[in-house]
Amino acid sequence: MSNESDHVYLSLAEGHEDGDARWAFGTGFEDPLHGVSIEPPPGVDLGALAASCLELADDALISAQRLGEWCTRAPELEEELALANIGLDLLGQARLLYSRVGQVDGTGRGEDAYAYFRDPAEFRNVRLAELPNGDFAFSMARLLAFGAWRLAVFERLAGSPDPVLAAVAAKGVKELTYHRQYAAEWTVRLGDGTDESHRRMQRGLDEVAPYLPELFDSCGSPEAHDEILAVLREVTAAAGLILPLTESTPGSAPLGRAGRHTGHLEPLLAQLQGLARAHPEATW
Amino acid sequence: MNGDLRRALTIAEQVPDPELPMLTLADLGVLRGVQIDADGTVTAILTPTYSACPAMAEMHAAVARELRDAGFAHVRTRTQLDPVWSSDWITPQGRRKLAEHGIAPPGEAPRQPRGPVPLVLSASPSREAASKVPCPRCDSPDTEEISRFGATSCRALWRCRACLEPFEHFKEI
Repeated sequence: MSNESDHVYLSLAEGHEDGDARWAFGTGFEDPLHGVSIEPPPGVDLGALAASCLELADDALISAQRLGEWCTRAPELEEELALANIGLDLLGQARLLYSRVGQVDGTGRGEDAYAYFRDPAEFRNVRLAELPNGDFAFSMARLLAFGAWRLAVFERLAGSPDPVLAAVAAKGVKELTYHRQYAAEWTVRLGDGTDESHRRMQRGLDEVAPYLPELFDSCGSPEAHDEILAVLREVTAAAGLILPLTESTPGSAPLGRAGRHTGHLEPLLAQLQGLARAHPEATW
Repeated sequence: MNGDLRRALTIAEQVPDPELPMLTLADLGVLRGVQIDADGTVTAILTPTYSACPAMAEMHAAVARELRDAGFAHVRTRTQLDPVWSSDWITPQGRRKLAEHGIAPPGEAPRQPRGPVPLVLSASPSREAASKVPCPRCDSPDTEEISRFGATSCRALWRCRACLEPFEHFKEI
């Protein structure tokens, strides 16, 4: 047992302005929108703005959790760093967006209320994000579809009338460009690799395909839809893979966006939320 | 600029980055300005490099701490998201310090054209950009990217094929 002074975590702590010991990094979670002007411009539908931010935040949080699960399981250290970094970018986007939801939905709640204290049916993420990681090739197929979709959505949201959402999206575009590039390169490398890697990459795409209509249904515009599809076609063609497409059924009910999830979300949230719910008064 | 404002700005500018302590916040381009209100409240304005940069909270705390220690009684910090930070904002001095510490400084950030962000696919993307990142140790242009993601969001892993040393590269965004 080490004594307190050389405890590895306590040694990271340093005096904070409030007099509390606080870790140097990571746990001093203050409002990520700290001090940002919060007044939305007149005429913006606050309910719709809050709903959009919540959807995008949930997509990012759930994806970040799945990406984080690759830690200690990725095939190489470099890939582990990459997947963790991509997850961290998405977690950052989620935090900013949850904070925005709390500012405009009239409740004044903080980011933790949304991340830790909602049940599965209250989450609005697309179902693709919550599926288990499975094969590395499946994770790459999912990241390609998710990245291409989110990038197309964020490109357009960078022109949102809400200045906070616009700024989060403009920053996100730069990050998502890296994410999409990473997944595209792996898709080509595996698709155009050995028979085994080709087979597994194709299987990954086949497993992602049933969830694509849900992305297309919430991409906002026909132009965004075509842009996403063009990217997926370009990458799969370069990789020698077949992009299986299922058309969405016109008039079909929304799924993840309506809180109708697969059975995979509940255990994911149990792990994500367990600590916060066991100690609801704790500060981080 | 009055004396107090100049002094507060100088103090804030000299706060080191928590993850790249050879750089100041001014070198990094994340300090967007300092204001003093009529009632004497000092406000330092910071912008994040990446959405989830884990050093942000510490940057805010460090700037506030330094200003308080310098005798400013009322200090606030504020986040500014727009315009979005770009690695182009790293100062020439910041770039020199990065190179001196073995981190290849960023080249020019890609211009965001109007319309869809282009996707570039090539058989070996790492060679594509090779000559753009000279080795910070031996200056050889014969370098290659190992991974676009490194120890922090802002850095990528590279290797020099001339001196065989691995090095980090500050990413262009």
